[in-house]
Amino acid sequence: MSELEKAKKAKSKPAAFGTDVDLEKYSLDADDHSTLSSMDELPEEIQEVLPMCGVNPTGKSRSGSFFQLDHSVMLSDSTSKTIELMSMPDALEKHNFLKGYVWNAVPVDTDKYTARTELNQTNGYFIRSIPGSKETFPLQACLFIGKQGLSQNVHNIIIAEEDSELNIITGCSVSHNVTSALHLGVSEFYVKKNAKVTFTMVHNWAKDMEIRPRTGIIVEDGGTFISNYVCMEPLKSLQQNPKAYCTGENSRVTFQSILYASEKSKMDVGSTVFLKGKGSKTEIMSRAISTGEGEIIARGHLVGESPDVKGHLECRGLILSDSSGIHAIPELEARTQNLELSHEAAVGKIAEEEVLYLMSRGLSEDEATSMIVRGFLNVDISGLPEELAKETKKMIKMSMEKAL
Amino acid sequence: MFTFLIDEELKLLQIEDLSVDIEGRRIIEGLRLIVEEGESHVLLGPNGSGKSSLLMTILGYPKYKVKTGTILFKGVDITDLPTTDRVKLGVGILFQHPPAVRGVRLGDMINVALGNKSEEIYTLEVTELAEELKFNSDFLERDVNLGFSGGEVKRSEIMQLVAQNPDFIMFDEPDSGVDVENVELIGGVMSELLDRDKRPSARKKSGLIITHLGFIMNFVKVDRAHVMLGGKIACSGDPKEIMSEIMSDGYERCVRSCQN
Repeated sequence: MSELEKAKKAKSKPAAFGTDVDLEKYSLDADDHSTLSSMDELPEEIQEVLPMCGVNPTGKSRSGSFFQLDHSVMLSDSTSKTIELMSMPDALEKHNFLKGYVWNAVPVDTDKYTARTELNQTNGYFIRSIPGSKETFPLQACLFIGKQGLSQNVHNIIIAEEDSELNIITGCSVSHNVTSALHLGVSEFYVKKNAKVTFTMVHNWAKDMEIRPRTGIIVEDGGTFISNYVCMEPLKSLQQNPKAYCTGENSRVTFQSILYASEKSKMDVGSTVFLKGKGSKTEIMSRAISTGEGEIIARGHLVGESPDVKGHLECRGLILSDSSGIHAIPELEARTQNLELSHEAAVGKIAEEEVLYLMSRGLSEDEATSMIVRGFLNVDISGLPEELAKETKKMIKMSMEKAL
Repeated sequence: MFTFLIDEELKLLQIEDLSVDIEGRRIIEGLRLIVEEGESHVLLGPNGSGKSSLLMTILGYPKYKVKTGTILFKGVDITDLPTTDRVKLGVGILFQHPPAVRGVRLGDMINVALGNKSEEIYTLEVTELAEELKFNSDFLERDVNLGFSGGEVKRSEIMQLVAQNPDFIMFDEPDSGVDVENVELIGGVMSELLDRDKRPSARKKSGLIITHLGFIMNFVKVDRAHVMLGGKIACSGDPKEIMSEIMSDGYERCVRSCQN
């Protein structure tokens, strides 16, 4: 059966998790937007939002920039000789081999969202680093929604060829006038032998947005994949559970998520790692804060399928209001002997003892609380190049300041 | 004339008829304690006699409910004030078991103790202070109290107090769980913090020190000792005399001989 037929059959298949989105509510039609030669040609109001999700409109300290508004790819410009960057339709036209990568890490019939992405794909990016290359500056990609009620259905493919290193920052955001829209994003990552990918994503949506990303990652021998995900702004619902397959020997995967569910946000965010390759390792870490009427389901699922694998899952949640909630669901699944899977989960309100401790050094109750919240979200970002780690921390801090 | 009178009668800390409940249980009953400016006192007594509870009550921890009496500090009735306001008036404490706060570094705590804004990144001032106290700068980067050893907790607390420089400092067992070398170092800093190295009339800072075995008194000279028993100050007097009586006869007999 072709991918298209599979997609047609899965058209109304509900997702395993999350509230069901009424796809008919969202329009597939959007105006065309003309291409740019640089992001600083974008309207002021869009440029203003970009730094909030890690995107630098000047393109400074970046090895390339991709910008998509609604369905139009307005900019796709790699300044690096070793990184290919283009829209998915262009890439499919250029590279015959790419067909073998499409719907290979994420099954097309996963649910109605992947099905819609196949049936009504609206661009997305293709990023590929050539074998043995290492680009120190990160590449930035921004998926932006400017039309109220739109359904943006992107499909991205990222390939890090053997022995290459690829650092990516993605930011997703909306115009000031957009309150409601649907974002479907399929991302398939292929981390080849001894390659390394760091992927830092900041979501900066609006309060009636529904978000359903679908992500699959395949990591080969000695490969490393590191994901940092930050979502601090209110939205209607977000559900994602990227699946990483450590197929290679000694492959490594790290997921770090920072979630802040305020107002009426519903977030169901998890990470799943299949440890298939001998000696593969993973670490999943999440920090979740709920306030207002926010609800978070923080999932984590480790599956050990071969000997000598090691996985650890850490989930910490802080509840700041009585009408909000956090539900941590850590899962460990062992399929063979000689492996090590562990988890650590702690959910609760701010410890009064800690607040009082800070107050005893002269802070007011509010100052003490906010310092503890900041500290809670102040995670160590490991594995990123030093400059990028610094920048990411700054980025997290910025979205934190905005949210708190 | 009027001002003179007030000055004359002003005690730094004056506690009268204090009764305190914790979770409905009486832990301090009819306690009276006065600490003058420039004085340092030790508080002795068996486990569960209410020593730490008294400190927490003076600090204003909400779990400790004042049922009767008043606490005056610098002439201000602080009995119902929140902890922050008491600290701003000049009350400080060295905790015996401070909580670990994830993501808040010792350097951040010291920054706060210095009176800087909590969100400010700590400055050279903090690093210099750490150097002065012979702390490795890596120590400043660690989450406060997270995985600290007994000695590290004490040193971290002391460093925060040096930064804060309060007028009245309470020490909850500064000599417990610390090796001899560290007690000496801590005792030295305490003496400085409490103006012990100055002549008596020049002493401005005051202290209240809880000690189990009186070990810290070898390094910090104190003016007066109190023995707490059953939530009251049962006996007060010269620190050396009281200590030696406790050592030879135990708390109960010391208190009895003191009251006769």
